[in-house]
Amino acid sequence: MSISLLLEMALSADADREALVCDGTRLTVGELSALADGGAGVIAASGAGSVAYVGTGGAMLPLLMFSSARAGLSFTPLNYRLSADGLRELIERLAEPLVVFDEEYRNAVSGLGVKTVDAQAFTEMAQSAEPVSEYPDPDDVAIVLFTSGTTSRPKAVELSHNNLTSYVTGTVEFASAEPGDAVLICVPPYHIAGVSAALSNLYAGRKMVYLKQFDAKEWIRLVRDEGVTSATVVPTMLARIITELQQNPVPLPTLRTLAYGGSKVALPLVRTALNLLPDVGFVNAYGLTETSSTIAVLTPEDHRVAHSATDEVVRRRLGSVGQPVPGIEVQIRGDDGAVLGVAQPGELFVRGDQVSGRYAEIGSVLDEDGWFPTKDVALLDRDGYLFISGRSDDTIIRGGENIAPAEVEDVLVEHPAVRDVAVVGLEDQQWGQIIVAVVVPADGVEADPEELRAHVRKSLRGSRTPDRVVFRQELPTTPTGKVLRRNLIDELKERT
Amino acid sequence: MIKTGTRLKSQVCDTEVIVIKPGDGLDDLRAGGAPMHEIGSDAGGDATLDPKFADGNVMGKRYVDDTGAEVLVTKAGAGTLSIGDVPMSLKEAKPLPASD
Repeated sequence: MSISLLLEMALSADADREALVCDGTRLTVGELSALADGGAGVIAASGAGSVAYVGTGGAMLPLLMFSSARAGLSFTPLNYRLSADGLRELIERLAEPLVVFDEEYRNAVSGLGVKTVDAQAFTEMAQSAEPVSEYPDPDDVAIVLFTSGTTSRPKAVELSHNNLTSYVTGTVEFASAEPGDAVLICVPPYHIAGVSAALSNLYAGRKMVYLKQFDAKEWIRLVRDEGVTSATVVPTMLARIITELQQNPVPLPTLRTLAYGGSKVALPLVRTALNLLPDVGFVNAYGLTETSSTIAVLTPEDHRVAHSATDEVVRRRLGSVGQPVPGIEVQIRGDDGAVLGVAQPGELFVRGDQVSGRYAEIGSVLDEDGWFPTKDVALLDRDGYLFISGRSDDTIIRGGENIAPAEVEDVLVEHPAVRDVAVVGLEDQQWGQIIVAVVVPADGVEADPEELRAHVRKSLRGSRTPDRVVFRQELPTTPTGKVLRRNLIDELKERT
Repeated sequence: MIKTGTRLKSQVCDTEVIVIKPGDGLDDLRAGGAPMHEIGSDAGGDATLDPKFADGNVMGKRYVDDTGAEVLVTKAGAGTLSIGDVPMSLKEAKPLPASD
């Protein structure tokens, strides 16, 4: 199934429905579809072998996704925050791309020796171009996304039409949105969540309201002005929205669900959010680029039950990513490859039609039975709730004992003096690695390293107590909130 | 066997489907009592809608047979989807909260 077919289905259901709102531009499903046909014509006429985009997204994202699909070419939204050099390195890896860019990134894409066109000119040409509507093979690559490359060279993940449409048709009921439903999209266009948002909301029949550059005040204003009923945010955005609502309380009467994901959310923040917005259903969504977005969800009901539970196993689920979505199988495997039982931590493997596991220049990393190694350390509880404790690369081995940083972080972040924390392993002659906690203190609080160490010792074994506690004003993160642990380790090494 | 992603249309009504999960039964997939054919291919014949198979189908819904074959309705029509004479059943999905 091609992603274009999702748009065709939306078109035949209700062409006059408002599909998206972005900076004052409003497009119906019919207008988006006509523009995508014209856009496909522009792309086909350019003779390019693929399409890339450097810009902040909004309406351009669905337009270029569907234009590229109808032209039968793959599409790559690139990280507009990268330097000109960083962008060049990625663009050189794409097949004869036509690079569409927002005006403010003109300099970053000039002189690359590839075809370029600015977004406004592209849209204007699309309005009058001879329409093209190819039907690509379902196994062709629809979207190529570069991983953030926090530890190594960015990898080019290839998602086929089938991967993406399997995710959408498997998790979203067609036209299931209520009339008037609207989603606020503020995730960046080069992130898998940006891609999946454009597809699944169109399919559900939900109006897409775009906020291209996140700002908490503007987010709250849009929720109120556009009658937003659902939204997805990354943890740093959630923290800013909550802070803003605490300082300037306003009701958000239309908001029914608020999903968060992209990286781990500290439990105190989840609890604060639940208490501050009791009428909002919170959703924790877990997924990877390689799995075409979400593979597990913790539902609003799960949140409510866990938040008020007395049973320790159920209470803990507030920190889980919930249960796998339909069509996804999960396994936890030990170092020897054996499948592990309940509550035993190991590497998470997943399988399903939405799982790509394929990279340009590398090929497929699926095993012979189709399982994808996520490189995330995870465990399942007795009812199949999935807990993620970080990347296997980040596991600290101290004196032969494996320690997931998340385990220590989860304890530290509950201390009132701690606003944020990252725990990393630093090379050490005696222990192999030692545990270092990098703490961002709560506002106006003088945190005491010894007190924080004692706090951890109370909850965890002594060998899990940080050997050192250091303080910083903030943690280095990617735009979607992933902590750049490698940067912290390099910095700590330099200091010692 | 008809493979995943194949698009089929009805000879006797507006119905169009796409194959989500293949299965042997799909070789005898019918809409409105008449065999469905691949979009783009010639239907041949001059079949008409069989009143016994005129309960229609629902846009965007998935239909399954008892062997696990699954199709998605991409265009609704007046005919009943069936494998031979056995109507396919509507696949009930547990609704998930919006997460995108």
